[in-house]
Amino acid sequence: MTTIPMEYGLLLAGMLFMLGLISVLIRRNIIFMLISVEIMLNAAGLAFIVAGSHWAQPDGQIMFIFILTMAAAEVSVGLALILQIYHQLKTLNSDAANFMKG
Amino acid sequence: MELTFYIAAAVAVLATIMVITRYNMIHALLYLVVSFLAVAVVFLTMGAPFMAALEVIVYAGAIVVLIIFVIMMLSLTREDVEQEKAWLQPKLWVGPALLSFVLLAELVYLLVIAEMPATPATGGYVDARAVGLALYGPYVLGVQLSGILLMAGIVGAYHLGRQKKKVIHRFLQEKEPQKERSAVL
Repeated sequence: MTTIPMEYGLLLAGMLFMLGLISVLIRRNIIFMLISVEIMLNAAGLAFIVAGSHWAQPDGQIMFIFILTMAAAEVSVGLALILQIYHQLKTLNSDAANFMKG
Repeated sequence: MELTFYIAAAVAVLATIMVITRYNMIHALLYLVVSFLAVAVVFLTMGAPFMAALEVIVYAGAIVVLIIFVIMMLSLTREDVEQEKAWLQPKLWVGPALLSFVLLAELVYLLVIAEMPATPATGGYVDARAVGLALYGPYVLGVQLSGILLMAGIVGAYHLGRQKKKVIHRFLQEKEPQKERSAVL
């Protein structure tokens, strides 16, 4: 049986995570930043799946289910926040909200 | 079997790069769906078929559709029919279609060779039964915490997304026309 080294799966997860992180840093549209956070959460789940598959244990997949639940709750609250920001500021540029110095 | 992993990984990275370099949000979401589908194929080759199904249903289904709904709500006034017509040109959807066709070919290949018990490319094959037994055995506290988290998410989304009705006293509302009338008088 041919096998894929575990490093390749982790490398794929790391590449996806870095792409999401780069997108958060270079984008100013707030919906794009939310999408990038989703990409990073997905990459973290992929790392759990790879590790769980390497040791043939179900724990990695259970962690992925928890990440999935957290991502669903996060995207709903984040989209509600985006709606509020758009109604307050009439723009999706995240720099427009810099008056909220807390 | 291992070649499908490499092809799906390449499709995932390529689609993610296309996501973060698009200027139009709908085009980015098209590539985002392809990226999630590619990651689902990676899960399938890793011996986690239940997680592949969940990835397609929850990520590529629910979350992306939620984002599309919000985008449609926000930019309804600016987009007109001409813009809509410009979006349906073939050069816009041929990229995601090509990438997802690669994933479809991989899926058909995996279904064809799967007459024997599936032999995952790495480590071991963990089916949905083992996941369910572990989820409701040692991890049942996590399930309850997830329920609390989802409840908080529902309440928070309702509270934040509600349009607050602006309450103005009727004397203040009629102040503007009254001032005009007094100016006329």
